[in-house]
Amino acid sequence: MANSGRIAAKFRELGARDEAALIPYIVAGDPDLETTGRLVIELEHRGADLIELGVPFSDPMADGPANQRAAARGLSSGASLHAILSMVKELRSRTEIPIVLFGYYNPIFHYGCERLCADAARAGIDGLLVVDLPPEEAAELRKPARENGLDLIYLLAPTTPLDRAQRIARSASGFLYYVSVTGVTGARAELASDLEEHVRRIKDVAALPVGVGFGISTPEQAARVAAFADAVIVGSALSLMIESNLRSPELVTAVGAMVGAMKDAMRAVRRCGEAEAAR
Amino acid sequence: MPSLPDSRGHFAEYGGRYVAETLMPALFELEKAYKQARRDPEFRRELERYSREYVGRPTPLHFAAHLTERLGGAKIYLKREDLCHTGAHKVNNTLGQALLAVRMGKTRITAETGAGQHGVASATMAAFFRRECEVFMGSLDVERQSLNVFRMKLLGAKVTAVDSGSRSLKDALNEALRDWIATVRNTYYLIGTAAGPHPYPMIVRDFQSVIGREARRQILKAEGRVPDVLVACVNGGSNAIGLFYPFIRDANVRMVGVEAGGLGLNTGSHAATLNAGTVGVLHGNKTYLLQDELGQIRETHSIAAGLDYPGVGPELAWLKDTGRAEYTAVTDAEALEALKVLSETEGIIPALESSHAVAHAIKLAPTMGKDQVMIVNLSGRGDKDMQTVARAFGVTL
Repeated sequence: MANSGRIAAKFRELGARDEAALIPYIVAGDPDLETTGRLVIELEHRGADLIELGVPFSDPMADGPANQRAAARGLSSGASLHAILSMVKELRSRTEIPIVLFGYYNPIFHYGCERLCADAARAGIDGLLVVDLPPEEAAELRKPARENGLDLIYLLAPTTPLDRAQRIARSASGFLYYVSVTGVTGARAELASDLEEHVRRIKDVAALPVGVGFGISTPEQAARVAAFADAVIVGSALSLMIESNLRSPELVTAVGAMVGAMKDAMRAVRRCGEAEAAR
Repeated sequence: MPSLPDSRGHFAEYGGRYVAETLMPALFELEKAYKQARRDPEFRRELERYSREYVGRPTPLHFAAHLTERLGGAKIYLKREDLCHTGAHKVNNTLGQALLAVRMGKTRITAETGAGQHGVASATMAAFFRRECEVFMGSLDVERQSLNVFRMKLLGAKVTAVDSGSRSLKDALNEALRDWIATVRNTYYLIGTAAGPHPYPMIVRDFQSVIGREARRQILKAEGRVPDVLVACVNGGSNAIGLFYPFIRDANVRMVGVEAGGLGLNTGSHAATLNAGTVGVLHGNKTYLLQDELGQIRETHSIAAGLDYPGVGPELAWLKDTGRAEYTAVTDAEALEALKVLSETEGIIPALESSHAVAHAIKLAPTMGKDQVMIVNLSGRGDKDMQTVARAFGVTL
């Protein structure tokens, strides 16, 4: 249970400062695992509070084009679960930032749920988010995750009824991931007009911190969401930034600068509301 | 035998609802609407009326006397789904689900398609019920099946070419799911085979079971008994489960599914999921898949575009494990030869997909007695395949 609580501790720490977490999502192995390792360190320096590491899958059904291409690059660089865990294990001598694996179920199912949870905990992973594994199907992952001190993080969507959100919140740990749009991942010009109201309603029925992701791509959007959510998750925008710097020696600093700008904007915003989110 | 799927949509270990949270409420809504519809006599009457007057049911059960004579074994009957409106069994399902979409007040219907048969059947029903329609199709299939693309457009559907992945059926399904995640409030996603998240495998099975119910009645009338063996091609498996399901409790009826052996099972270029696959999770259900040792989905090959999918319906996976159904595969070359044989002996040109079932029947019948009876599901007609077949035979059209 070595990692147990790294995510909760981070939210507690941020809550005490009345600050929202910034959670960058990057696909492991995009463009190669060595770069992913350097990105994790750089993003932490630039203000990232938690890292979501995407596990590439051949058929990413909930992802838009930017993350689809990122997953394809990750696959062709050989970022298997095994290789990703080795990379994280090495990173753990240099950083304590909480790391969540974010992916689809089939590679995990193949690795074996129990074996994966044991190996992930040993490597220093803190949580798992499996996009296509709703609580109804999660039985075979829930037990080994708990036994190994891994948080199992669930998605909530704009289509999720409130009573269902409440039930999901009760079986989740770490934080809740609210999908800000009825749609797949990818940058959107506008945030949903009722986003704040949705998040507030979920926070009313859930004890866990609530992060918001899907579609957030600019510092302005990040700052607006940080005013009412406990965490802001940014993914596709970073995949696009990586993509446009594939041949550039500045890739790592370019992605870092983007994350830095987002965190700066988030810190500048006055948070209206309860700082108790992270209990 | 328990009634499956269970309340959570599982066929023992297979099936389920492995989808993003955004879709979960839509799947609950669909399940509820379907269960109400199924009990509603008015819905059943409508389905029955359109099946008769629009689709052309019941389809004949044709005794293939010449083929039987040529093979010198079991009596071969052909269930003529190729005579359905739009040319294949697919319309049984699209009619039922389109009626459901209307009932649920959905204004837009989407579908994925490989060969284009399900796309055409969906576009047809969308036109008939005045719904907006968008069909997702791998860009490789758009090139291979230009005739069906034209048909769909003529029927008023928008055809969206999918450029990701292997640019074929599985990628079309990915894109249809992505679209549904974004449009779930007004859109009915009309899946084309007995796979995907619960309740789709059950819904598609139920609507396709009309094939087996008719065949059972027809063979009892013709032979006074149930057949010894049923043969159907399998990929997603909707025509196979449609034929098999009403016979499941007839313990003496063998059920044989025939998969796409492509260039041969040992070449890796095939789509024989139940013969050569392993268990995994894709497109909302746990089932057999063609995948590598890390759980990444493999590309498939079949001369029949409608058999070119790396998964299979969960109920057929369950029937494999219980031993109730058996599965074999035939190659592209064997399917082509079968297409020729059936054309010459019976004057019926089968679809390349259905030719797989015919090819196995040609192998199996001579090993059986003359007093034995076989039903082969002729799931579609071959018109759509003439360019592919001509090319394979070295003929320039």
